[in-house]
Amino acid sequence: MKLAIRDLSKVFVTGTGEQVPALDGINLTVDDEEFLCILGPSGCGKTTLLRIIAGLDTPTTGSIQVDGEALSGPSRRIAMIFQEYSLFPWRTVLDNVSFGLEVQGRDREERFAVARKYLDLVGLASFERNLPYELSGGMRQRVAVARALATEPAALLMDEPFGALDAQTRNLMQTELQEIWRKTRKTILFVTHSVDEAVFLADRIVVLTERPGRIREIVPVQKCPHPRDRTCADFVEIRRHVLDLISGGSSD
Amino acid sequence: MRRPLGILLPILILIVWEIAARFINNQFILPRLETVLPVLLSPTIDILGTGSLLHNAMVSLERVGAGFLVALAIAIPLGVGMGWSRRLDALADTTIQLLRPIPPLAWGPLAIAWFSVGINSMIFIIFLGAFFPILLNTIDGVRAIKKTWVEVAQTLGASERQVLAKVVLPGAAPTIWTGLRVGFGIAWMCVIAAEWLPGTTSGLGYLTLYAYNFGQMHYIIAGMITIGIIGIAFDLLFRSVEDRWFCWRGLER
Repeated sequence: MKLAIRDLSKVFVTGTGEQVPALDGINLTVDDEEFLCILGPSGCGKTTLLRIIAGLDTPTTGSIQVDGEALSGPSRRIAMIFQEYSLFPWRTVLDNVSFGLEVQGRDREERFAVARKYLDLVGLASFERNLPYELSGGMRQRVAVARALATEPAALLMDEPFGALDAQTRNLMQTELQEIWRKTRKTILFVTHSVDEAVFLADRIVVLTERPGRIREIVPVQKCPHPRDRTCADFVEIRRHVLDLISGGSSD
Repeated sequence: MRRPLGILLPILILIVWEIAARFINNQFILPRLETVLPVLLSPTIDILGTGSLLHNAMVSLERVGAGFLVALAIAIPLGVGMGWSRRLDALADTTIQLLRPIPPLAWGPLAIAWFSVGINSMIFIIFLGAFFPILLNTIDGVRAIKKTWVEVAQTLGASERQVLAKVVLPGAAPTIWTGLRVGFGIAWMCVIAAEWLPGTTSGLGYLTLYAYNFGQMHYIIAGMITIGIIGIAFDLLFRSVEDRWFCWRGLER
């Protein structure tokens, strides 16, 4: 899926009528099958950008085109994965993963077959009868990934999906996500505030400025081959460059 | 350890009761245990021509059931609506807050005027008792739904109706269930009082009042104990369902 974001801005109006600009003049093209990370400090509007693409928020100005067609509201071709609290706690793992197919009206047998396929992909085939509270944080996010994949969208939006996990689980999940991306070839937009995570995962990193979020620079990472070695020279160099961008970002 | 300890106090009360009854030696004030127990142990024997304990308990339960079902049929949809839509909440909230503090039994005279003497006015009073706890818990439950759940459903293509049916209702279900449990408890209290309304000729409430006219204290106490036991039984039933269906409650992550 190809995403074209044109002159997008978002201004929030608070309860007292105050206008708070969150995003300003965002122009960005995301290529088909690209893994794009959006990186920026807290409150820079990166989550807002993702929510607008997901159809959960509307831009104040500008537009988004999906494969040449204007985006309006949530689309079946785009799935979103949230940081936490996203699984339905009353549904088993299998019922969570098949939710999207259920609301599409697919019959039970079919949706369970598809759900099982994606549970298998994330390595949780044997947990289909469990309830979310019985799973660890990393397993819950795997279920969330499987649920998003089960509707077979062209693009995945991920809003700091590993932000609530411990460092070790986080690294493991990053490797697994890389693997899933390689197998499924989805377009992925991944929001994070971790430089390391962005450099490890992305084809390109979009570095945003502080509020209101503007694109500071788009850093290509393709020259570092997957699976990436966090200690290789290219990785370290790109990482340093991105860190410089972020720490210098507050001065302008 | 909790269970034996919980039974200790009732046994103690029974002993104190028996001692006090022997000491007072007046069955119109405090009948002895051995006059009450036979009534409880033979619940199918007719009492003062009003029918048996069991029969009257069933009559009361039927009334509670009817009032309770009407209450939940109105309170749950209204509560979901008020919890979901700010506009509906703004429209109805003041009225509900005004009506809520009025004890259901204060509606007795109006109930008789509107529904005449009999089952319908009793159902109306029971309905009022159960309605508000169910409504308020439903509203709370719907409001406490995590926004992420709704958004996940939306991004996966759910329509608003599907969001309500597949996310909001199941997500609010534990809190709604609490409302049903509390509502049923209040309805059960209301039926006893409602059966004291003029024109009633059956039910546990009627039985206790009728027995009073004949100074038959042991029937009154047997009736009261039956009321208590049925109340506990239903509360336990509601709780066991809660433990089974809503084991995820408080563990949302």
